[in-house]
Amino acid sequence: MNRPQTLFEKIWQRHIVAQEAGFPTVLYIDLHLIHEVTSPQAFAGLRARGLRVRRPDKTVAVADHSTPTLDKDLRLVDDLAAQQIRQLEKNCQDFGVRLYNLDSQQRGIVHVIGPELGLTQPGMTIVCGDSHTATHGAFGALAFGVGTSEVEHVLATQCLLQHKPKTCEVRIEGQLARGVTAKDVILALIAQIGVSGGTGYVFEYSGSTVRALDMEGRMTLCNMSIEAGARAGMIAPDDTTFEYLAGRLYAPQGEEWERALADWRTLPSDEAASYDQHVALDVSHLEPMITYGTNPGMGVPVTGSVPDPQQITDPNARAALIKSLNYMGLQPGQPLLGQPIDVVFIGSCTNGRISDLRAAAQALKGRKVAPGVRVLVTPGSESVRRQAEAEGLDRIFKEAGAEWRWSGCSMCIAMNGDQLQPGQYAVSTSNRNFEGRQGKGGRTFLASPLTAAAAAVTGCIADARRLLV
Amino acid sequence: MNAFRSLTSKAILLPVDNVDTDQIIPARFLKTTHKEGLGKQLFADWRYQPDGSPKPDFPLNDVRFEGAQILVAGDNFGCGSSREHAPWALLDFGFRAVISTRFADIFRNNCLKNGLLPVEIDPQTHSELMGELRAAPDAPMTIDLERQQIALPNGKMATFPIDTFSKNRLLKGMDELDYLLSFEAQIAAHEAARPVHDR
Ligand code: SF4
Repeated sequence: MNRPQTLFEKIWQRHIVAQEAGFPTVLYIDLHLIHEVTSPQAFAGLRARGLRVRRPDKTVAVADHSTPTLDKDLRLVDDLAAQQIRQLEKNCQDFGVRLYNLDSQQRGIVHVIGPELGLTQPGMTIVCGDSHTATHGAFGALAFGVGTSEVEHVLATQCLLQHKPKTCEVRIEGQLARGVTAKDVILALIAQIGVSGGTGYVFEYSGSTVRALDMEGRMTLCNMSIEAGARAGMIAPDDTTFEYLAGRLYAPQGEEWERALADWRTLPSDEAASYDQHVALDVSHLEPMITYGTNPGMGVPVTGSVPDPQQITDPNARAALIKSLNYMGLQPGQPLLGQPIDVVFIGSCTNGRISDLRAAAQALKGRKVAPGVRVLVTPGSESVRRQAEAEGLDRIFKEAGAEWRWSGCSMCIAMNGDQLQPGQYAVSTSNRNFEGRQGKGGRTFLASPLTAAAAAVTGCIADARRLLV
Repeated sequence: MNAFRSLTSKAILLPVDNVDTDQIIPARFLKTTHKEGLGKQLFADWRYQPDGSPKPDFPLNDVRFEGAQILVAGDNFGCGSSREHAPWALLDFGFRAVISTRFADIFRNNCLKNGLLPVEIDPQTHSELMGELRAAPDAPMTIDLERQQIALPNGKMATFPIDTFSKNRLLKGMDELDYLLSFEAQIAAHEAARPVHDR
């Protein structure tokens, strides 16, 4: 019998093309996703060397970061953004790469459409010039973000040079209370281990909580692994995974499906497999979480209060907290509940899928957005948008007074004109509360779609559980 | 890529932990399709006033540090977004090395691909270095890649880790892609050996 292996090790081993002593591994990449922001310089590199894209069939492109969400008209974004999208079109045309352009019915945020189209499959290695590529790990794939040089390497060779990361089992146990979601779990994890707690590691999420999550919740969890510094996050594939995948456009069909399934069932970590590190999280008493600071690790239960720098002994951490609270304009010790907000953003690759929109709609149904609050609902993909419209969710949002948009990254990264004004406060379902992330001077509280919807109707940070009857 | 052997330069101290790549180069500057010219926008939101004039108290605007090629930052530098625009901006500004107690994984990779040296030192040496730079802000220090050593302004030596492959590449100014391209035969063989459902 073979040495017991983790899910990560099994996938890693299958993808080793070459391994010379003292050199990084040449690792084969099964799926390469590209978008307009991190690929132009990579294509320029190919042109300069006279190289082609080695496997256009394993390369999929989509424009999502700079795309307009008011409509699909490129005149709605600034010239540079439009130019970047046109450059992606040209690159894909010149190099024969499949592109979901603005006219496509299947376009959306890259990490939303990969799973939706069945491109993302268990056992694969998946990369994208985007740190939230970890999302795809929810399917039992090894998926991680790379830089533009590496995008060029994969385009040219379908391989990457990689040093083997360490593994960390993140065991999450307990049943989530009503109104508490995968987003709250990942915010709690990052608050516990910090934004560099996972640096150098690939996380494997395990435990009863993870098993009980649907695929969309699992994607939310894996998505923010990078926010803890982890290289990737992954979850062993199981029947929940296979049910989600069955029948999707690019999923194997018929006999191929059966063969794939038999293979995928061998992927989960062997019982006796060992990890380099372990983290445990009990979520049975977890409350909805919210961040108060300028990194995703600065999170507390929504009923909690802003920490006091005076009570922090580590001088660097204290300085960081003071800097954050200055930026956020918050007082030490103040309760988060009741903090007024200006904008609510519901969307992104973290929480822009149909279950997220359903959750937000549930809290907004029959209610009105508080006066003076701007609410932006941006579906993660065009297919999510159509599904939401078929279910009448768009009407709930519009009747409440929210803006119903086309799909894209939108105010998660504020490259397309959807952005906060300096000083504005937002509750956002996205993944980063860094200074200026949602617009220069904007101040972000990260939370779940439910908590975001509760903020929309009350005009301040609120406990969504009170809105659920 | 320019080769990196050793470097003696003034260092700019930016004693902030968890500097994310959104601070290094804010997203609104990522609409470029080139690598060059990003130095002006490096740390834009910390470096400039709303009217576009430089903030006098931001270290990069301090004339004493003009020409500095080393940035000394707090813990966990380069976290967040994978944007390679971050090292491009640092290089374009004139930095050749960043010193920290820890680098985020993707940022470190991106640096090594571009000839920007990430120098990871232990927390004690780091705080000693910060103390030195506070006392004598424009004192030069040296980074020697061959020896994997830094010399603090007071002459004290400390070592830093780097994998052999990256080190040799940086010393020669050699690109990774050439190495990868030499595996064509193995890549083809690997593809042929894959099970049909994921070939
Ligand atoms: S939604 Fe936000 S985090 Fe996700 S890919 Fe787009 S910009 Fe990145």
